[in-house]
Amino acid sequence: MNRFAFAQPRTFQEAATMLADKRFSLPVLKGGGIDLVDHLKEGLTEPDVVINVRRLRPGWATAGSPQITESGGLIRIEAGTTLADIAASEIIRAKAPVLAQAVEYAASPQVRNVATAAGNLLQRPRCWYYRHRQTECLKKGGMKCFAVDGENKYHAIFGDGPCFIVHPSNLAPALTICDGVAHVIGGKREQIPLAELYHLPARDVRSENTLEPGEVVTHLTCSPAPVSGFYAVKEKQSFDWPLVAASVWMRLDGARISEARVCAGAVAPVPWLLPRVDGALRGVSVDDDAGLRRACAVAVEGARPLADNKYKLALLPVAIRRAVLIAAGKPQATEVDA
Amino acid sequence: MPEDPKLHRPVARNEGTRLVGEPGGPGGPGGAGGVSRRSFIKTVGVSAAASSLAAAAQGAGVLGAHLDEPEAKGSGPAMLGPEAANITLNINGKSTPVRVEPATTLLEALRLHLSMTGAKEVCDRGACGACSVLVDGRLVTACMLLAVDCIGSKIVTVEGLASADGKLDPVQEMFIKHDALQCGFCTPGFVVASRALLNTTPKPTLTQIKRALSGNICRCGTYSNMFNAVLEASGQAPVMDQKGA
Repeated sequence: MNRFAFAQPRTFQEAATMLADKRFSLPVLKGGGIDLVDHLKEGLTEPDVVINVRRLRPGWATAGSPQITESGGLIRIEAGTTLADIAASEIIRAKAPVLAQAVEYAASPQVRNVATAAGNLLQRPRCWYYRHRQTECLKKGGMKCFAVDGENKYHAIFGDGPCFIVHPSNLAPALTICDGVAHVIGGKREQIPLAELYHLPARDVRSENTLEPGEVVTHLTCSPAPVSGFYAVKEKQSFDWPLVAASVWMRLDGARISEARVCAGAVAPVPWLLPRVDGALRGVSVDDDAGLRRACAVAVEGARPLADNKYKLALLPVAIRRAVLIAAGKPQATEVDA
Repeated sequence: MPEDPKLHRPVARNEGTRLVGEPGGPGGPGGAGGVSRRSFIKTVGVSAAASSLAAAAQGAGVLGAHLDEPEAKGSGPAMLGPEAANITLNINGKSTPVRVEPATTLLEALRLHLSMTGAKEVCDRGACGACSVLVDGRLVTACMLLAVDCIGSKIVTVEGLASADGKLDPVQEMFIKHDALQCGFCTPGFVVASRALLNTTPKPTLTQIKRALSGNICRCGTYSNMFNAVLEASGQAPVMDQKGA
């Protein structure tokens, strides 16, 4: 870890001002710090000042005021809310269960107690070439993506490169289908819809999100999604990133899906919306197993797997179907299928 | 002077222990009068001059009070470092001065500066749980928190679980009774994680126990005995047989 100064601003505005301060060569924000400390230890980033926003609250907040609130038909999550608090929130569990399910078994209990909502959305990819200090990949200014000809078991099947990372956040796809919005200060914008928070590598391979220098996420809002569900296929049940994940939002007319929105995780460099699956699910009964399988199979149309990740083509439809069943209140149906 | 940075760093940064003015450091070894492996390794460095205690509280105090009093005097963010600064951490109920750089993790502050070696360093990436401690009642991995980010928080390590008269925590007693360890290196992390669970869930189910301990790894594979230990520590009958079924 390089040496750095540690700054504790009192407000998000102070943090944004520090980010833009030309006296610092590389100021970085720290939320929970799980991803940042990892980067520091690996020597992947060498800031001269770490700006701690972990414990910042909105200006009106008093000590102990709730991190998750609901008003005007919107759910609001403060940037520094931990994943554990999201998973445990009564508001989230009742009004947008997909968010709670997405983070409930992310990482480990220890990580969920520290990692923050905003930090989860803005964490860097887990690609082992990116994480390897001596590997000068595209994302780090190098000339090639080593995953293309290398070990690409965990890489993208959508997005068409030139960098084949998958976005590591479980929360991002779930928040995307709930019409999530990131609220920011320090720049020209005040709100960034989740669907516009991320960009594909073709636009800028060095970054994953559209935040401008100096922009700081203060909180998130989203719409209630009472009929929603999340399902991830993982190699390990603890401290692992999904092989594929699916977040599903639905409107049900009895057992029939009248409207659906699906966003996949771990298959593309951004949360991957699947509008064709949305259309295929419409009108299908959640009790119609064959119908659900047909609709979910549409998910992998247009996928371009690499040498070692073709298995994701088989997993993705399964993950979506199970997320549909969980959203429909039929989690037991996911335990006996293949 | 050892070249290994893991050994070199405590030598160079040992003032923290001196500032406390407690031989062996708070909660650390050395009380038995013998020379521990750790104290032997670092004797070479204790001659470093302790910097003035007067400066000790300053940077730390400002940083800690900063969030609680947003309208307090002065403007702009509080800053520490990059050089070492004297801070105070609340560890096991004791106000504990320590001199650290901002780039020091809580685990390094505990183990290298304060000789509190209960929390173990294994993966140093938050993936194994061996360094688990409680910060403000929450289970965290000390290797992934910066020490300066813990100013103002209540830190409880495995050294702080036993009561003042030395009576072990029920979790510790049941780990012993159920032989819930083999090499023992992961044990402090599992004990703290188990205590964190029982603090919020006094009568956990087996599934809840497994989930609560899922951030800890035991390479010897003594999980079934640990699950039994936690069950009995919570007043429930052990259910796991030796095969882990």
